[in-house]
Amino acid sequence: MGSHLFQAKQLVAGYDQKMILDHVSLEIPSHEISVMIGANACGKSTLLKTLARLIKPASGEVLLDGKPIHQIPSKQLARVIGLLPQSPIVPEGISVADLVGRGRYPHQSMFGSWRQEDDEAVAEAMEMMNIAKLANHPIDELSGGQRQRVWIAMALAQQTDILFLDEPTTYLDITYQIEILDLLTDLNRKRGTTIVMVLHDINLAARYADYLFAMRQGQLIAEGKPSDIITSELIHDVFGLDCTIIQDPVSNSPSVVPIGRYHAHSGHAMMQIGGNVHAR
Amino acid sequence: MMNTIEMNTIEMNTVEINTIEMIRSGRIRRRRRWFVVTMVLTILTMALCCAMLLLGNTIYPLRDVIAVLAGEEIRGASFAINTIRLPRMVAGLLAGFAFGIAGYTFQTMLRNPLANPNVIGVTSGSSAAAVFCIIVLQSSKAVTSLVSVIAGLLTVLIIYVLARGTSFSIGRLILVGIGIQAMCNAMITYLMLIGEEHNLPAAVRWLTGSLNGVKLEELPLLVITCLIFVPSICLLGRPLMMLELGEQSATTLGVRTDLVRVLLIVSAVVLAAIATAITGPIASVAFLAGPIASRLVGIGTANSIPAGLVGAALVLAADLAGQFATPVKFPVGIITGIIGAPYLLFLLIQMNRRGDL
Repeated sequence: MGSHLFQAKQLVAGYDQKMILDHVSLEIPSHEISVMIGANACGKSTLLKTLARLIKPASGEVLLDGKPIHQIPSKQLARVIGLLPQSPIVPEGISVADLVGRGRYPHQSMFGSWRQEDDEAVAEAMEMMNIAKLANHPIDELSGGQRQRVWIAMALAQQTDILFLDEPTTYLDITYQIEILDLLTDLNRKRGTTIVMVLHDINLAARYADYLFAMRQGQLIAEGKPSDIITSELIHDVFGLDCTIIQDPVSNSPSVVPIGRYHAHSGHAMMQIGGNVHAR
Repeated sequence: MMNTIEMNTIEMNTVEINTIEMIRSGRIRRRRRWFVVTMVLTILTMALCCAMLLLGNTIYPLRDVIAVLAGEEIRGASFAINTIRLPRMVAGLLAGFAFGIAGYTFQTMLRNPLANPNVIGVTSGSSAAAVFCIIVLQSSKAVTSLVSVIAGLLTVLIIYVLARGTSFSIGRLILVGIGIQAMCNAMITYLMLIGEEHNLPAAVRWLTGSLNGVKLEELPLLVITCLIFVPSICLLGRPLMMLELGEQSATTLGVRTDLVRVLLIVSAVVLAAIATAITGPIASVAFLAGPIASRLVGIGTANSIPAGLVGAALVLAADLAGQFATPVKFPVGIITGIIGAPYLLFLLIQMNRRGDL
């Protein structure tokens, strides 16, 4: 896996006349798992789409190895950057292997025939996602969790160094959420793939991310290792939520415990008065 | 849970030969099916072409037909075949192919089985302009054809611009198309009401597709159009399959979606417009050919050519049925309309049940 310098400089982007991103600059750490967190409509999804060239920024630019991505030929770019959209569209009746095989498009010439390496890439992607046995089944028969793995397999067959995922665990049961995040971690550890994703669940984000980007109202307000940046102040800034940070007993990563208006026992309420609590 | 994850980690470094073999054999099986179906459709279409040349008021033996086509002069046969049957057959073959491939392109690109050149406004724009030429301007056939092609392209352009907005939306395109179509139909109805009686038969030909009276000298335009735009659609087969995955996935996979879409729309629209100018809008062919081809071949391959062949076979078979199956002769568009209507109903019911409407 090649190393890439992937940066955004002063991005302003959005839809129609409404700009959502407000001068965002960042650099994605190579070979790590980065997660973007933030409240609904804070612009994290817009940022991801702009980085993955689905939205053209109104100003500012996205640079891959110093070169603006819109100047890179689209197929060449598709061999470096992949994306799993939030709600991908399935052609009705297509077989799993055919769908995963479409991830090979950027590696194929217009007339070129299907090669051995294409089959190998599809097979490897499907084994990685544990769906090899489903290869010749129509995708309509699959459950939500299986489908999500098929989509990730398609992105894997694309064999990109950088992979963006827009909420890959939404609508999945907790079991499947963990499974998907573990598989993505496998991918990162074994292939060195740089992963950038949007996650809703702050605790899963804190556990699985090597690096976090926290957004609020279209701006990047904090970034760094989860253990360095997650504090109750930051969570209050990002989500407007009062909380206590504890240490996740499984992973030692920070874990957010929301307070809310009910259910906090009296001892806790007193601790709150005493200031921000860090039970770590 | 633990089990699957452990298994996964063990398998990851070495891709099992079994998996590769399974994927390869499945792919080859589907490829073979595509090839067999395409061959069968080609043979069927060729057989229908032969039938178009052989059958008629007089049934000529195959030997005579071949002799006439080779340039020999045979009394009676030469006239019937060269002037009537050959133009009719070529027009049916190419117009059917054009409608089929254009319809498939729209349905796949817009991911909607209801999308066809009709909805996109090509045929209604062409028909309205042609009826206007015949009834109001009383222009010649050549001028009428030319104006209808231009009007078809203009209508598409208008619909595309009106539906464009800031980002491409399929639903908006189809809705605007249906609106424009309704306006064109209203105009046609009005023109038919004020038109003089002797002009009406010529105008009706533009509303119901027919292969009657197609002349040999009209055909080169259709042949050239097919020679240019059918290959261009076939070359865009792979990007078209990517567009089927949606705008975002296609872009991510390296497809220049705007460029590919414009090229596909232009190719499909020109094919449909020229075919309409020669035969009139042959109902339902564009709409039926794609789904039939996909049902036969399976999804996951580029089905442009099978869809074109199904379109051609449909038109030729319907024309033969219209000529010989009943005591009264029906134009081809009536027969294809009768086939298409129940399918449209079936589709609407199915889409409604799934909540797609």
